[in-house]
Amino acid sequence: MTEIYMDHAATTPVRPEVVEVMLPYFGTEFGNASSVYGWGRRAHQALDQARDTVAELLGAASNEIIFTSGGSEGANLAIKGVAWAYQTKGKHIITSAIEHHAVLDTALWLKKHGFEVTILPVDEEGFVSPAEVEKALRPDTILVSIMHANNEVGTIQPIAEIGAIVRKHGAFFHTDAVQTAGVLDLNVEELNVDLLSLSAHKFYGPKGVGTLYVRKGVRLDPLIHGGAQERRRRAGTENVAGIVGLAKAFELAREERVAENARLTKLRDRLIEGLQTIPSSKVNGSLSQRLPNNVNVCFQYIEGESMLLNLDLRGIAASSGSACTSGSLDPSHVLLAMGLTHEIAHGSLRLTLGRDNTESDVDFVLQEIPVIVERLRKMSPLYQG
Amino acid sequence: MYSDKVMDHFTNPRNVGEIADADGIGEVGNARCGDIMKLWIKVDGDVITDIKFKTFGCGAAIATSSVITEMAIGKSVTEAEQITNQQVAEELHGLPAVKMHCSNLAAEALAAAIEDYRKKAAADSAS
Ligand SMILES: Cc1ncc(COP(=O)(O)O)c(C=O)c1O
Ligand SMILES: [Zn+2]
Repeated sequence: MTEIYMDHAATTPVRPEVVEVMLPYFGTEFGNASSVYGWGRRAHQALDQARDTVAELLGAASNEIIFTSGGSEGANLAIKGVAWAYQTKGKHIITSAIEHHAVLDTALWLKKHGFEVTILPVDEEGFVSPAEVEKALRPDTILVSIMHANNEVGTIQPIAEIGAIVRKHGAFFHTDAVQTAGVLDLNVEELNVDLLSLSAHKFYGPKGVGTLYVRKGVRLDPLIHGGAQERRRRAGTENVAGIVGLAKAFELAREERVAENARLTKLRDRLIEGLQTIPSSKVNGSLSQRLPNNVNVCFQYIEGESMLLNLDLRGIAASSGSACTSGSLDPSHVLLAMGLTHEIAHGSLRLTLGRDNTESDVDFVLQEIPVIVERLRKMSPLYQG
Repeated sequence: MYSDKVMDHFTNPRNVGEIADADGIGEVGNARCGDIMKLWIKVDGDVITDIKFKTFGCGAAIATSSVITEMAIGKSVTEAEQITNQQVAEELHGLPAVKMHCSNLAAEALAAAIEDYRKKAAADSAS
């Protein structure tokens, strides 16, 4: 059976070109970048080069780049780091209801430690309103964190507009760009952000490595104390191979993104159109401001995990926001925040396309899903078909 | 994640459907947690002669519903009532720990159907 991977929002395979540039740093160039001799200098050079590449791709300066272990660490470092460093200035933080748990749970943790957190609602398409951000801002607001695009429904937020408002009020602005890095143009000046986090494994780089951009002048208390690496903001011997891989993957994604986005958008719209012909289905998220690879649909009367198991039996890898797939008792907090009922949110299916997907993959999926939905509906006590 | 037996019942669920002239109907769970089971039983004397189910839920929810229909058929209502969620899970060669709580409702659905049958039977003999 051929397998079709349509879960690229979860993770992506590392591109061979990326593996190739990483390999020397596991072998001959294994040095610790802090050492003075040749091995160390060469590792350090590789880090510098990667840092310059990433900085340039973000429109930032090299000393504004911190390498992290990924998106979760980036969000934690941005939010806890700023909160801790500026707690004497204020203790108010603003975020949104549809953030990834790396942001949401970090904010809620800070709440337990004496910070005040405002969680902004979203509309039915998953948009945070810039006007609501403005209303929520207070003199003691130190940080606002709003994601660039949502990982479940693909809605792209008006980050530049929100950023301008936040700046006017003198707070710092972090965006979780984990789903948009390599996909959208990420210029930190144009986006009006002070902090931005991204993760290599979402754009065909290795797992366990990411970047946090921190605008010059923004102070940050480190999460990890120890050595002087990353200008004392993130201790620990650098993951040289991973960082080199991240920079290469980011560069390749940037070169190819316009053409690849056009290709993916076509496939995405073909999928959406096909799935919409299934009765009692609903596309979640915005149709206009949407990641080029994201499809998220709810099928009424059926539950997500049973759909995923059936898809897996046909070789299709996808994901769902049902409680039974999240391991919690509630379905996706994102879909609930967008106003879906529990019952409907349990029946959500997310397909996220990537470089390896073709039109024939899409057609195969479009042929399989209606059969699965029909089969499960026939077994459902909620369905009166 | 799931045992072969769970996957067998998930892919080939036994006794899916409804019984038009059922002697008892049980429904448990709710859409909030994502699992709803509905069971129909036909009782002759005090033996369960036919049983059908419909389930909205995950793989575990569907497999437990399916397997309990096999466990209950041919048993007296008093015997069938004794079936526990634990026995259902064992019959399926185990369920993942996270599924034991919310998705393993089949024994309750059966108990509810038997209770409904008893109520109806009592009402019938009274009238
Ligand atoms: C929007 C978003 N933020 C943060 C993360 C966490 O990234 P990582 O897995 O690199 O820690 C993810 C990935 O799951 C994500 O999709
Ligand atoms: Zn379940």
